[in-house]
Amino acid sequence: MVGAACAYYAARSGLSVTVIDRGAVAGGTTGAGEGNLLVSDKEPGPELELALLSTRLWRELADVLPPRIEYEAKGGLVVASGEASLAVLRDFAARQERAGVRVRQIGSGRLRDLEPHLAEDLAGGFHYPQDAQVQPALAAAHLLRAVGGHGPGRVFLRLGEEVTGILKGASGEVRGVRTASGDLHAPYVVNAAGTWGGRLARLAGVDLPVLPRRGFVLVTEPLPRVVRHKVYTADYVADVASGSAALQTSAVVEGTPAGPVLIGASRERVGFDRALSVEALRRLAAQATRLFPVLAGVHAIRTYAGFRPYLPDHLPAIGSDPRVPGLLHACGHEGAGIGLAPATGTIVARIVSGAGLPMDITPFGPDRFEGTSQPRKEPRHGA
Amino acid sequence: MPNSPSDRAADDPYGAVHDLVVIGAGCAGLAGAVTAFEQGLSVALLDTAGRIGGQFYRHPAPAIGAVRPEALHHDWSAFAGLRHRLEASDVVHLAGHHVWTVARQDGANPRWTVHAVTGVDGDGERPVRVHARAVLLATGAYERQLPFPGWTLPGVVGAAGAQAMLKSGLVLPGRRVVVAGSGPLLLAVASSLAAAGARVPLVVEASGYLGYARRPDVLAVNPQKLAEAVVHGAALLRHGVRLRTRSAVTDVHGADRVEAVTVSRLDRDWRPVQGSGRRIACDALAVGHGLVPQTELATSLGCATRRTQDGTYALALDALQQTSVPGLWAAGETGGIGGAQLARVEGELAGFAVAAQVRGGHEPARDGRVRELQRRRERMRAFAGAMTAMHAPGPGWVDWLDDATEVCRCEEVRAGAIREAVDEHGARDARTVKLLTRAGMGWCQGRVCGAAVARLAAGGGAPAVPPSPERRPLAVPVALELLGSLDTTAPTSSPAAPAQRPDTAGPDGAATSGD
Repeated sequence: MVGAACAYYAARSGLSVTVIDRGAVAGGTTGAGEGNLLVSDKEPGPELELALLSTRLWRELADVLPPRIEYEAKGGLVVASGEASLAVLRDFAARQERAGVRVRQIGSGRLRDLEPHLAEDLAGGFHYPQDAQVQPALAAAHLLRAVGGHGPGRVFLRLGEEVTGILKGASGEVRGVRTASGDLHAPYVVNAAGTWGGRLARLAGVDLPVLPRRGFVLVTEPLPRVVRHKVYTADYVADVASGSAALQTSAVVEGTPAGPVLIGASRERVGFDRALSVEALRRLAAQATRLFPVLAGVHAIRTYAGFRPYLPDHLPAIGSDPRVPGLLHACGHEGAGIGLAPATGTIVARIVSGAGLPMDITPFGPDRFEGTSQPRKEPRHGA
Repeated sequence: MPNSPSDRAADDPYGAVHDLVVIGAGCAGLAGAVTAFEQGLSVALLDTAGRIGGQFYRHPAPAIGAVRPEALHHDWSAFAGLRHRLEASDVVHLAGHHVWTVARQDGANPRWTVHAVTGVDGDGERPVRVHARAVLLATGAYERQLPFPGWTLPGVVGAAGAQAMLKSGLVLPGRRVVVAGSGPLLLAVASSLAAAGARVPLVVEASGYLGYARRPDVLAVNPQKLAEAVVHGAALLRHGVRLRTRSAVTDVHGADRVEAVTVSRLDRDWRPVQGSGRRIACDALAVGHGLVPQTELATSLGCATRRTQDGTYALALDALQQTSVPGLWAAGETGGIGGAQLARVEGELAGFAVAAQVRGGHEPARDGRVRELQRRRERMRAFAGAMTAMHAPGPGWVDWLDDATEVCRCEEVRAGAIREAVDEHGARDARTVKLLTRAGMGWCQGRVCGAAVARLAAGGGAPAVPPSPERRPLAVPVALELLGSLDTTAPTSSPAAPAQRPDTAGPDGAATSGD
C-alpha cells in the first residue's frame, strides 16, 4: 500500500515510476491487514500529524478511486468497561482534541444508539468520526492503476521480480536496482518493502532496524450489518504504543461491506512465524464476544497472520537517507501503514520532485538509529 | 486389565496424554491406529463422522436397514478386518470430532494438542482437546471441481458426492445420470449408480485412456489395478454404459434443474473442438476431476509439501511416513492420491514407525514387515503417479468458461471478475485473486473453487508467481464463544467424559448389537 501510494503521488507529479515487487500486488502485509484508517489510537505527536494529513488525503482518494475499494468513513468508537479506564480515555481524548482530532464523549446510556448490539454494562466511550476503513488490497491495486495515461507521469508494474542489489555510482549515489532479469536505472530508489525494508536497506549498505510484529485477524461468516463502527476498548491504545514482545490482544471489531465481521488484531514479536497461536485466537474471540454478545454463536471461518513492520521508536522511516544519496525510505509503519500511506506517498513525491514538504519529517529520519542499535555481526574476513 | 494406561485414557480421553492421536478413521487412519495399538501404544482415533470407514468404506446407518451395503464396495473384507481389529483393541474412538487445529508445544518431549469441536450438527457444540506424543494425519482428500457453464444448476452433483450419497443412504441423484470429468473414480461411480438402478447414458472422460497403455511397466507390477478396471468395465458393459474419452461436458441445459448436457470433444490441451457439441438428455450430472489431498492441518504447522503431477499439493513424507515436522506423521491421500489399498499400507507403515519412535525401540527400517510395506508402497505410488499425470487437467479447460460462469459459488464470483483481477489489477496468484475478488473467501474457504482460481490466476501472459499450497489455519469453522472459552493451559486429567465405543453396529451383521 505504501509503495502504491508513493508511485501514485510521484507519477501524478510528472515522474516516471517503476514498481517492483517480488510477489503480487498487495502480496505482503497489505494483504493481511484490516484496512484501518485511524486517528483515534494515536498519541499527539508526529504520527498523529501524519495520520490527520492522511485522513484528508484518503477522502480525496475515495473520490478518485472506484467505490470497489470499499472506503467507508464509518467512524471509530472506543469504549471503556470501567470508570478507571474511562478516565484514561477522557484524558487521552482531550489531548488529541487539542492536536486537531474530532472526538465526542458518549455516555453509557447512549452507546447503543451508535452500536445497538454493544454489551449493556460498559461505562462509556468516545466517538471518533474521522476514523475510516478501506479494503487494502483493492485500494492498492486501484491506486496503481489510477494514474493511467493522464499527464506525463506513468507507473510501470514489474511483479514477481525480486530486487537482488542496489546499483551505485562512483561517489556512492544510487543508480538503480538489479533484479534477476537485469538492471533498471533510476536516480531515485524508494524502499517501500514494509516488513522486509531492513533487508532492502542492507542491500544498499545501510542499517534500518525494521522488525516484524505478528498479528492474527479472525474473520466470521458473512452477517447482516451488526457492527457499524470500528469498535475497540481502551486497552488497544496501550497495546499499540507498547514495545513488549509478549502477546497482546485488544480486539478491534468491525463489519465489512461484504458481510464478514473482522476481529483483529493480536500483537506479538515472534519473528516471521506463521504458526497459529490458539491463545491469540482465544483472546480475540473472548474480547469480541465481550463487546458484542450477539457474536457468541457466530462462526469464525478464517484467520490469517500478518507481520507489521516496526522500528524501535514505533515511528516509520520516511524520507531521504543521508548515508546513500538517491535512496529514500517509506517503511516501518507498523499497524498503520494503510492509513498513513497517502501522506507518506505525498512526502516521498515532494522530496523527489523538489517541492515543499507538507509537514516536518525530522522525527521519521531513516538514519536516526545510527549508532544506537546493536552492531550487527559482520562475517569476519581474513581471520 | 484395570488401571492400564489405555483404560485410563478411555475413562478420560481429554485429560490423558495418548502416545498417538490419529485424525481420520478411513483406511489409512484405521490401519495406523490398530497397528500402533498392537505395537503397544495408547491410541486415540478422531473422526468427523459418526462411523468409521472414511469416504471409501462409507456405509449406511443401521436405521436405514440396508441388507447388503457391501455390494457397493469392493475389498469390503479388508475393511471388515480392520474393524475387527479395532473392536478387539483399546483404541479410544472419538466419533463426531471436527478438528480445527493441531498445536505443538515445544520442549524436550514435544507434546501435541489436537483441538476439536464436538456436536457440530446438533446442539451442545463444545470444544475439546486431545493430547498426544505423536500425531498421525489421515484426513484424506476432497474432490476437485472445475467450473463450466451451468455447473451451479440443481441436479449437478459431485461424482464423489454422488458416490457418498449412494453409500450412506442409498440415494440416487437422478434417474438418468451422465457421469463426467476425469479420473478413475468416474468408472467406479458409474458402475455404482448403474448397479443401484440409475440409467447412465454416458461416461465422459476428458483424458484419453491410451496413456495407461504407454506405461506397461507400472501396470505390470500393479495387477490389482487392472483387475479393478476389468471389474468396473464388465459392470459398465453389463448395464450398457458407454465411455467417451477426450470429451467434456461444456454446458448444462435446464430451467430449474438439469434437463440435458452438451458434450464436446477436446483437443490434447482440453480445448473444446468447435462444432463437436452433442446434446444428451439426462436429469442429473455427476462430475468430478480427481481428488485433492486435504492437508491444511499440516500446512498450518509448516509441513513441507510437494507438487503433484496434476497441480495439487501433497505432504512431503520420508520413507517412514513422517512429515518434515518431527512427531507429525501422515498416511493415505494426504501424501498424494493413491487409493484405499495404498492408504492401508501407509497407515500400517506409519503405525510401526510411530511405535518405534515413541517407545525408542529398534530401527523400524530393519524390520522385514516394514520393508515389505515400503516395497508395496513404492509400487503403488508409482502407479498413482502415472495415473495422476494421465488425468491432469489440460491447460485449455479454462476455454470452457465464459466470463459469466460462476467460479466461486460461496461468494458468487464470476470468471470475468477473476480475469479482470489478473489482467488489470496485478493479481498473479490465487491469494491475490482472492484478496481482490473474494473468490475463495466464503464458507468452503476455496476447497471448491481453489483449483480453478489458481489456474485462472496463472493465465494472462505475464509471468506467474508459482502457486503455493493453500493455508487454512482454521480447518473447520468454530463458533466465537467456543474459541473464546478455550482452556489453553497444559493438560491435567480433570475433565472426564465417556469415550465413544468403537463403531460396532456394522452393516455386515458381524457385530450388530441391536435391532
